[in-house]
Amino acid sequence: MTHQYMEVNNKKVEITGNEKNILEVVRNMGIEIPTFCYHSELSVYGACRMCMVEDERGNLVASCSLKPQAGMKIKTHTKKIMDTRRMILELLLANHHQDCTTCEKSGNCKLQELAVNMGVKKVRFKPRKPWQDIDTSSASIVRDPNKCILCGDCVRMCSEVQGVGVLGFINRGPNINVVPAFDKPIADVDCVNCGQCVSICPTGALTIKDDTLKVWEALSDPKKKVVVQIAPAVRVAIGEEFNHTEGSNYLYKSVAALKMMGADYVFDTSFSADLTVVEEATEFLNRVVKGEKLPQFTSCCPGWVTYAEKNCPDLLSNLSSCKSPQQMFGAVFKKFFAKKMNIPTEDMYVVSVMPCTAKKFEAERPEMSTDSYQDVDAVITTVELARMIRKMGIKFEELEPASLDMPFGFSSGAGVIFGTSGGVAEAALRYAVEKLSGETLNEVNFREVRGLEGLKEATFNIHGKDIKLAVVSGLANTQQLIEKIRKKEVSYDFVEVMACPGGCIGGGGQPVPNTSETRVLRSKGLYDIDAKSTVKKAQNNPTIEKLYDEWLKTPNSDEAHYALHTHYGHKKRIGGMEIKDEAKENANEKIVISVCVGTNCYLKGSYDVLQELIGLAREHGIEDKVEFKGTFCLENCSNGPSIKVSDDLHKYGVQKEETQKFFNNVVLPRVK
Amino acid sequence: MHKTKTVQEPLRNFAKVKEIIEKYGTERSALIPVLQAIQGEFRYLPQEMLSFVATAMGIPQAEVFGVATFYAQFSTQPKGKHIVQVCDGTACHVRGASDIIKKFKKDLQIPEGKTTTDDLYVTLETVSCLGACALAPAVVVDGKVYGNVNFEDVARIIVTMKESDDE
Repeated sequence: MTHQYMEVNNKKVEITGNEKNILEVVRNMGIEIPTFCYHSELSVYGACRMCMVEDERGNLVASCSLKPQAGMKIKTHTKKIMDTRRMILELLLANHHQDCTTCEKSGNCKLQELAVNMGVKKVRFKPRKPWQDIDTSSASIVRDPNKCILCGDCVRMCSEVQGVGVLGFINRGPNINVVPAFDKPIADVDCVNCGQCVSICPTGALTIKDDTLKVWEALSDPKKKVVVQIAPAVRVAIGEEFNHTEGSNYLYKSVAALKMMGADYVFDTSFSADLTVVEEATEFLNRVVKGEKLPQFTSCCPGWVTYAEKNCPDLLSNLSSCKSPQQMFGAVFKKFFAKKMNIPTEDMYVVSVMPCTAKKFEAERPEMSTDSYQDVDAVITTVELARMIRKMGIKFEELEPASLDMPFGFSSGAGVIFGTSGGVAEAALRYAVEKLSGETLNEVNFREVRGLEGLKEATFNIHGKDIKLAVVSGLANTQQLIEKIRKKEVSYDFVEVMACPGGCIGGGGQPVPNTSETRVLRSKGLYDIDAKSTVKKAQNNPTIEKLYDEWLKTPNSDEAHYALHTHYGHKKRIGGMEIKDEAKENANEKIVISVCVGTNCYLKGSYDVLQELIGLAREHGIEDKVEFKGTFCLENCSNGPSIKVSDDLHKYGVQKEETQKFFNNVVLPRVK
Repeated sequence: MHKTKTVQEPLRNFAKVKEIIEKYGTERSALIPVLQAIQGEFRYLPQEMLSFVATAMGIPQAEVFGVATFYAQFSTQPKGKHIVQVCDGTACHVRGASDIIKKFKKDLQIPEGKTTTDDLYVTLETVSCLGACALAPAVVVDGKVYGNVNFEDVARIIVTMKESDDE
């Protein structure tokens, strides 16, 4: 085949025809073209106009949406381009709340960086609309519409990669805005708090909710014993905040920093991950023996748990009842460690350092408490810990590493790989295979489930029994897998789900850029730690053995269930909506029958039930005595279609064919 | 005078919405025709209906809301029984459309900062160019076009509109 060439800045460049766009060709040459809205993992949008290049005829074209062709001649940094770029930046800045000094994103902000690089010294234009309110409703994410530059990165991330679609554009022209559905607060819509939108937002429009103040307060309170746990994925990413190589282990430097800040104890979440392995794998083996509630879905990922609660009520009983490692850690410390160390539970303050924004939401859940104490008091992300280190004036580079506190500072390699997609499955396998076969497992590496692909499948023959596994990351991938499971196109025994692409290492609380390249290095970092660890199986962690001897007795015991397990419930996707189907004036004297037409009940035919009931009421001539309402989600999804008569929720729902019976037995007797 | 005529907010009837969705299908491309049909039925797009459509068609709610707010033809606020559209495009503007708008606003008793009367009787809209520049200033009431509108015409147009209620 003949070679094909194009010209960039008067230089001949070979093109293969496989390049996605001109931008890629130029970047491959080592020339950087700025972009806001272009991300190789998302679809091409072409909105920010930063990536413009000049063609032969002097026209400016967006290089992200133009395919390279033989003979093309483009220039990347002519005066015309630079002037236009600067003008666009100036216009963006005019409508941007320029409070950079107090902005969370300052120093990491692409808009700020480009404004400096392009030499924008003065913004000649005035903002065109009054500043809007900041949305602080969510436990994890803060949305400041005044800093949005409308690049749509968050919109595409949420719908393309996560399949949730919380954010969207509303209005158009000068009134355009990026908001959650119906302009409601984020906490009232179907957001799962994964924080991927924060990760990709180039400005301070979407930021992580800052909880560092809470932690500083606890650290300076002499009465409080501050116990810190550090999650596996944090250690391989925090270095990036201090310009260290991605993927290297900075756990012990982080420990030293936390000790300098005044933390009383610093432990490793990998320890409670070991505990999760034992509990979750035991639960799995029990289910396999009984042949029920399979596949078992993992429940360590709070983003996935929230997603399942809002979208998959039919699968909730398949979720493992185990709390996540973060919550197990809190429960162990508040219930066991506090007693052992003679610390009153109310004086113990558990802080977790997580790669994840959804963990903030998880820690606040009422289910996540033991003996009326929340298991975890504050959650900070990797980025927030880095900020605390800088605030404290600690020179991270020069810091002498410090060791974790004992006895809970010890963990197996299995607990460490929890931070990457496939890690939970591999850790569980190391336990389950040994228990099923009754023999010591020597080859602990299950490479089939490693790697950062969105979906990995593997079948292991253990002691004559085939165990089928799926490992999935990214919620859009999860959605597709669940559809296939529902349609019975595939079947598994165990499914590991992590909401963020690549697992926790790619979490919403990790340093930016949070791209597939950095995720590969972080993942490798975790597997390296595992490879070097002397104990590779959770069940061989002596601290875990001790914990069972002294407190929990056996895996899945009553004690373990009380402190380490939880339950999940259906959650509505959107808050506060009720629809009157037939508006009548004397509503007070009527019996109100609410039929749920939320997603799941709708799919189960609740609408037909509602119509049939209205028809029946008409037939019996009692239309003025009953009022029918369609409601959105009565949070009883798995038993849907849900019906509420006055204030009583009809617990077992009413199937289509039971409508007549329901009408005769429940509705008619109530009508006097 | 028109205050005595109370116009009820249209009944929110799901059966109708379901019928509409069944007619147009649940392909993404059917979204706009579905929304048009719903608006034709209810005169605006109630939030609950949009949520229902999103669920039924498997499109994120934020996206459905985005489409509903993008197009000027859709309204997420209840609209009046009658719709008065006054053109304020360039030609109409220079021929005094702003005063015509003010006059309509006063005579129809539209509250300040709103476009619809509280009893949902009438909605006043300004539109940019009806393509009837030769007739500037132009006004459309419930689909009927009036050209070269002056102050006296405004009063007459309102009377005609109210008379149509009795038909």
